[in-house]
Amino acid sequence: MSGVLDSLYVYRRFLGVSLRSQMQYKASFLMQLAGRLLVNSGELIAIFVLFDRFGSIGGWNVYQVAFLYGIVNVSFAVADAMSTGFDLFGDMVKSGDFDRILTRPRSTVLQLGGQELTLRRISRLTPGIAALVFAAMNLELDWSLANSGLLLLSVAGGAALFAGLIVLQATLAFWTTETLELMNALTYGGVETTQYPINIYRPWFRNFFTFGVPLATVSYFPSLAIMGVPDPLGTPLWFQYLAPLIGIGFLLASLQVWRFGVRRYMSTGS
Amino acid sequence: MSQIVVEDLVKRFRISERDPGMMGAVRGLFRRRYQTVDALDGVSFSIEPSELVGYIGPNGAGKSTTVKVMSGILVPDSGRCEILGRVPWRRRNEHVKELGVVFGQRTQLWWDLPVIESFDLLRDIYRIPRVEYVANRDEFVEVLGIEACLDVPVRQLSLGQRMRCDLAAALLHSPAILFLDEPTIGMDAVSKIAFREFIKRFNEERGTTVILTTHDMDDIEVICDRVMVISDGMIISDGKLEDLRKKVSIERRLVVELEDGAVPAVHPRAVIAGSERGRVDIRFDPDVVSATELISDVTSRNRVRDIFVENPPIEELIARIYEGQGR
Repeated sequence: MSGVLDSLYVYRRFLGVSLRSQMQYKASFLMQLAGRLLVNSGELIAIFVLFDRFGSIGGWNVYQVAFLYGIVNVSFAVADAMSTGFDLFGDMVKSGDFDRILTRPRSTVLQLGGQELTLRRISRLTPGIAALVFAAMNLELDWSLANSGLLLLSVAGGAALFAGLIVLQATLAFWTTETLELMNALTYGGVETTQYPINIYRPWFRNFFTFGVPLATVSYFPSLAIMGVPDPLGTPLWFQYLAPLIGIGFLLASLQVWRFGVRRYMSTGS
Repeated sequence: MSQIVVEDLVKRFRISERDPGMMGAVRGLFRRRYQTVDALDGVSFSIEPSELVGYIGPNGAGKSTTVKVMSGILVPDSGRCEILGRVPWRRRNEHVKELGVVFGQRTQLWWDLPVIESFDLLRDIYRIPRVEYVANRDEFVEVLGIEACLDVPVRQLSLGQRMRCDLAAALLHSPAILFLDEPTIGMDAVSKIAFREFIKRFNEERGTTVILTTHDMDDIEVICDRVMVISDGMIISDGKLEDLRKKVSIERRLVVELEDGAVPAVHPRAVIAGSERGRVDIRFDPDVVSATELISDVTSRNRVRDIFVENPPIEELIARIYEGQGR
């Protein structure tokens, strides 16, 4: 237990150092943040424009889609900001900085996770939270303990899942030094895809994001439960409540693959 | 038992080869050809506590690979490596706590932050008790003369300042063993001297074992008692520095710059190996004629503008070891 607390303490210290480093370049930080906010808010506005034209998508109105958009984007913002160390991992292998990490008496996951908390990546958080607030004001949601808890769990599950994808992408750097656009297609494409209700997609595509890379699972199904909408795909309520846990399972599995990659790195040195 | 035991270490790397050009890249996707390189080809040695060991050899000879295996970064294909009774890569976290590592080319400090913040963070990473941390930090700061650097972001330090800070950072947790990988590369003369003196002194006071890889024979001469020479993944010489010197009778060079037009005249027991535009390259054997004797001799015979003594490069030394073995 004291080991866990100590790791958390070191993690917090890492994050403090990372934030202070970023504050060394305040002007640059503010410009990047403003630029990103503009881009991310533009996406949200595009959704409103879409609904202004069509009224509803797959039986969902603009408020319901805003709710889903909010969950997915807040999840991704959190994961994206917290996994920067893994995101930049390919460069660390090339530069040899990963060797330094291996010479320190802490787990690689703790050190890379604590490498950087990239504040500007939180820009997605603003439109995400705005969308959630907008949806909550217009949908008559029952903010019971169960529903509030489920919202948090859904965000956590989503963040874990995105983090898992970023870890998997980093793990690939042990095998190839080329940057892998495939994984970006999954993370960024996943955000774009799952911010709309998945019942509008073709079955194979829907199944891919439900079972393969379960991004839809951790956001779509809990949203239904919170909004009290029966699932057109017919999943039971208990499944909708437990679905976000799949994201956490995905992250744990990704970390296992990561450890395998580290062992391989140590035996090949490349 | 020795503190470090390395026995018959073998490590091969597979390097993928690619044909040049676009077609080669495409072909490489389907069929890769590999070339096997023996980085370590049966390396054995053992090191006792508080030894000062120089580990030298040409580029690609296997120095870094050995250091990586001993640091727990790399798992060998076969052979044994035990440090303080532990196999480095099996229990990495416990092992690296006993280790300080300085890579000359890369800093372990946080680039954008004042040096002192990196020190504080390392205290937490290594779980250094507060009393020990403060005592070590204050001592290193004073002896290495880095007081003025503490509040400066690392990116603004000169290389020499940064390396001194890096050395302090690697020792904050009082490691039993210190690995220095090309630490003095690119350093200014003053920093080099401070760096070497500190290492010697630290070893004397604390009994820390030091293993130093370098290209600079002067580092070896000042710091090390023992020298291991590696070439093509094999240790070709291991022993006291004097013994190595006797075995291969290392010539030294005295480089003299003469005032214009002067014709060089030299001591009978030294040889002029070359002379170009007033710059004369004199070779001598320090066992036959000492450097001081030769310098006073040269300055008395010639009008000298500048004069300095050089060690032969490591490549030359290794060539001589091979000659001595009749290879």
